[in-house]
Amino acid sequence: MSYRNDPYDPKQAALLDPAALEAAVDEARKAFDSASDLDALAALKPAHLGDRAPVSLARREIGSLPPAAKSDAGKRVNLARQSVQGAYDSRLAELEIERAAKVLVEERVDVTLPWDRRPRGARHPLTTLMEHMGDLFSGMGYDIVEGPELELEWANFDALNIGPDNAVRGSMDTFYVDVPGLVMRTHTSPGQVRTMLTRTPPIYVVSPGRAYRSDELDATHSPVFHQLEGLVVDEGITMAHLRGTLDHFAKAMFGPDARTRWRPHYFPFTEPSAEFDVWFAQHRDGPRWVEWGGCGMVNPRVLTACGIDPERYSGFAFGMGVERTLMFRNGVSDMRDMVEGDVRFTTNFGMEV
Amino acid sequence: MKTSLSWLRDYVELPAGLTADQLDEALTNLGMEVESIVDQGATVKGDLVVGRVLTIEELTGFKKPIRFTTVDVGRDAPQEIVCGARNFSEGDLVAVILPGGELPGGFTIGARKTYGRQSNGMICSAAELGLGDEHDGIIVLPADAAAPGDDARPVVGLADVLVEVEITPDRGYEMSLRGLARELSYAFSAAYTDPATLVSAPGATATPPYAVNVEDTVGCDRFSARVVRGIDPNAASPAWMRERLVASGIRSISLPVDITNYLMLELGQPMHVFDLNRLSGGLVVRRARPGEKLTTLDGVARVLDAEDMVICDDTGPISLAAVMGGETSEWQPDTVDVLLEAAHWDAVMVGRTARRHKLFSEAAKRWERGVDPQLTLVALERAVRILTEHAGGTVDDRVLDIDHVVAPATIELDPGLPTRRIGLAYNSDQVTELLGRVGCTVTGVDPLAVTPPSWRPDLLAPIDLVEEVARLGGYNDIPSILPPARGGSGLTPSQRRRRSVGRALAENGYVEVLSYPFVAPTAADQLGYPADDPRRSAVRLTNPLSETDPLLRTSLLAPLLGTLKRNLGRGRRDLALFETGTVFLPRLASTAPPAMGVDRAPTDEEWAEANTIVPAQPWHLAVVLTGDADPAGWWGPGRPASWADAIEAARIALSAAGIDPARVSVAAAELAPWHPGRCAAIAVDGTVVGHAGELHPAVVSAFELPKRTSAMELDLDAVPLPPVTQAKRISSFPPALIDVALIVDRGVPAADVSLVLAGGAGDLLETVSLFDLYESDQLGEDKKSLAYKLTFRAPDRTLTTEETLAARDAAVTAVAARFGATLRGA
Repeated sequence: MSYRNDPYDPKQAALLDPAALEAAVDEARKAFDSASDLDALAALKPAHLGDRAPVSLARREIGSLPPAAKSDAGKRVNLARQSVQGAYDSRLAELEIERAAKVLVEERVDVTLPWDRRPRGARHPLTTLMEHMGDLFSGMGYDIVEGPELELEWANFDALNIGPDNAVRGSMDTFYVDVPGLVMRTHTSPGQVRTMLTRTPPIYVVSPGRAYRSDELDATHSPVFHQLEGLVVDEGITMAHLRGTLDHFAKAMFGPDARTRWRPHYFPFTEPSAEFDVWFAQHRDGPRWVEWGGCGMVNPRVLTACGIDPERYSGFAFGMGVERTLMFRNGVSDMRDMVEGDVRFTTNFGMEV
Repeated sequence: MKTSLSWLRDYVELPAGLTADQLDEALTNLGMEVESIVDQGATVKGDLVVGRVLTIEELTGFKKPIRFTTVDVGRDAPQEIVCGARNFSEGDLVAVILPGGELPGGFTIGARKTYGRQSNGMICSAAELGLGDEHDGIIVLPADAAAPGDDARPVVGLADVLVEVEITPDRGYEMSLRGLARELSYAFSAAYTDPATLVSAPGATATPPYAVNVEDTVGCDRFSARVVRGIDPNAASPAWMRERLVASGIRSISLPVDITNYLMLELGQPMHVFDLNRLSGGLVVRRARPGEKLTTLDGVARVLDAEDMVICDDTGPISLAAVMGGETSEWQPDTVDVLLEAAHWDAVMVGRTARRHKLFSEAAKRWERGVDPQLTLVALERAVRILTEHAGGTVDDRVLDIDHVVAPATIELDPGLPTRRIGLAYNSDQVTELLGRVGCTVTGVDPLAVTPPSWRPDLLAPIDLVEEVARLGGYNDIPSILPPARGGSGLTPSQRRRRSVGRALAENGYVEVLSYPFVAPTAADQLGYPADDPRRSAVRLTNPLSETDPLLRTSLLAPLLGTLKRNLGRGRRDLALFETGTVFLPRLASTAPPAMGVDRAPTDEEWAEANTIVPAQPWHLAVVLTGDADPAGWWGPGRPASWADAIEAARIALSAAGIDPARVSVAAAELAPWHPGRCAAIAVDGTVVGHAGELHPAVVSAFELPKRTSAMELDLDAVPLPPVTQAKRISSFPPALIDVALIVDRGVPAADVSLVLAGGAGDLLETVSLFDLYESDQLGEDKKSLAYKLTFRAPDRTLTTEETLAARDAAVTAVAARFGATLRGA
């Protein structure tokens, strides 16, 4: 290349002057630092890093130098160029961070805006509570059994030692239908009768479900209500096992402070029989005993009617109203709220109880 | 059973400082439900003292006469009291409540200025003290009742404690002071005096005082009677008896009647008083003849049943035995000669008679629960003594007693049985001791020979004795032992399914309700069921709560629509409800079930036969929805709920039930109560399991619901249980996506087009989805365009364009062949 032989002309090599290079670097740094955004920075780039930029032109002048000076000048130019590039890069990085931050600020939304475009529904608290109770017993090794709500009178009454003259069989208490021999079951116990007839002990079951009694609907009664009843028939079952089961159930439902208190009572299907209260520490009117249900040892007459040898086996049974449990556990003051189907009542419970 | 503590104390030596809480706890632990314990002394708060009226000044010029009095209440200065009553004089003793006191009902007494004078307290009437309805002036106490300043409560009869308990139906003996006191004696280990032993009663004499023939000794196993002549008909009942009757909630009527009520309360033996001179001829105790008539004391003319027991004289029935006397033979205000009857009646017979005639008298309540058959003579002797003491008269020495009572059977009791059933160790001595306390005679060692007392007809079997041991031993001493689990099976598949379906619908916006299953006969018409629709055949309650809703639902929809309407009435507009419940589908041919006893289990054949009358009660699932399915909001307008949401609800439910969507098919159907053009039959594996869509406008109108209300109902039990799902191989190769728009006749169901497309596309097809529906006459008359996105993918390679296009062409060819579809724009 011809220029190699060009004589050294200091004037032509003015841009290689260290002071000039330093000034070019300074100028570039100042210019880049003054760029307020990425567009401005981009606009400044050609003037300081483009082909006509001082550091680029300086590189061209190296050729005009005597060979002895080329190396030194080359290093100087490279350093200067690197400095300018460095100043550019660091400003670029700064501005990119700034821009990213600005975008985030600009994209800010009102996160409190509602988005209930598909409102959630809810399960009825009686359903959820029955499932909760059923799960506790399921976890203890019990099966959950069911039976028809329109039931054989024999299974609802006779098999449970409720004789033909028992007052509860009257039309004041029991719904009868136009098919002789059938009643709307007055408790879920006939489901247990069916279980005893079709299974052999050991039997560990609970029967949650609907039952019917001809009470007018008011704040504490409903002609259609739900029960959870339990039945155990096995060898060597005692009232102590009944107590242990109910205490465990109470603790699982109402917390570690819960326990039961028994009062002797009469039921045709159990003997001895008791009504039991539960100590409910979370009651909204303060800790107290709350009537919860009835229980007892399965009457041998019931076992006999269901084909189980009462000499070999004994059993216990218990039952409680699900509505009643919901009332004191969840502070429902009026039974009608549970049966009217007002969505405001149910939605309040959501998916849990 | 209601009584007073002071009366109980006559027979049981209860602790002196017994509190209401202690009494409550004791009664509760004995198995009685305590209705109330009222300490009468505490019903009046503050100072209720005896006062002596010193001066009376009549004030005039007011609307009514008023007295200004000074009363000595045992303090330094006489109390000045203004009083509106006039039935007292200077020097009389009265009951005064001083300022700061409080009368029943929360009426507080202060010192105040009234009628221009200062009044410091009040002179009380019986009504003001809660002692009855007597409003005729204030109480004037007997002159020697007490000294001024003494507590007036004991003097006015406010010192007692009233107890009311509910007795369980097996314990008739507790419906008497005798039984209650006996029970309390166990609780407090207190000395007990059996009131039945207070007098010794003469036995039957050779000739009776009156001729009686008991024809039915099953209905009446004992009939005893005494005669008293020449009593003073004007003799009043003594105050102590009246007070005790009032405390027990029984009105005082006349001396003879009060005596029988008093003894019924004391001993538990109901009795009856006949006017001897109104009887004609000997008495006959027998079953009534069907259709026989008797006018009972309440004035009701009753037609008798062949099961009723009656007491007759020559005129026919004169008393509905054990339940209520008759008008013609009853004691009258001028009665001077009486026949007192104490009998023992069959508990079952009395219960049936009481229910049949709806006569739940105090006597019937006791008979039904069981009365001690050994009380008749004691009760008569007590009655005769009290009667003659207060009304004079001459007792006929002769005693009638026709006794066919069977002694209680001895029960053999394994002394270890209580321990084995209760889980608390009782040795043989304890068992013997506890049973002895309730009146049993216990002999032998192993087994124990236990003879229950005459007043315990409920003790029949060893387990009855176990209960007494547990009860007296104390229920709350029974240990708490959790029995070891025996291994359960978890929820059944159908139980799991109901839960999953319920959760899925709730998560999709549906709110669960639990409606009553009772429906009106008009519901079938409202739902537009055709005349021969099997859903019209419903089980009918014979004693419905409401005559308007006597039927059991055959569909969940009618009650559910009622609940929907209630919510609309309460101001809700956007509603989506669901219910899972049973429907009742009557058997067409119903025969009477076989008679099944209780001394053994029914045989398999008997059980199967009995169950043939039980209606099928499948679990159904239903939804109803109205208003907006997606609400309007700041994001834009809402989307009204429609037939499509109802059908989607079925798909959601079936998916939650574990049914692969590929097994579910939806087809146009016509079924009430749905809109014939907007109703879908939902099928699983080709079997219809339910329907969904928009309700028929006529149904919407009949139920007065908003237009376009939609509904779905599935027979959940008809849905197959989910199989074990087989895993699908997941391809890691990229998909190839192709859209096709097909023009078909408007009537061609999109679901069918999808199916045929999928069938034609072959194995490479991964999914087919409809993404556009366009209807326009520009497409041709009655044509529509369906645009599908086809996704192809191979398990083992990236598909080539040629493969993909070939599959697409095959799919389109199949649709063209089947429905005459053409590619849009082709």
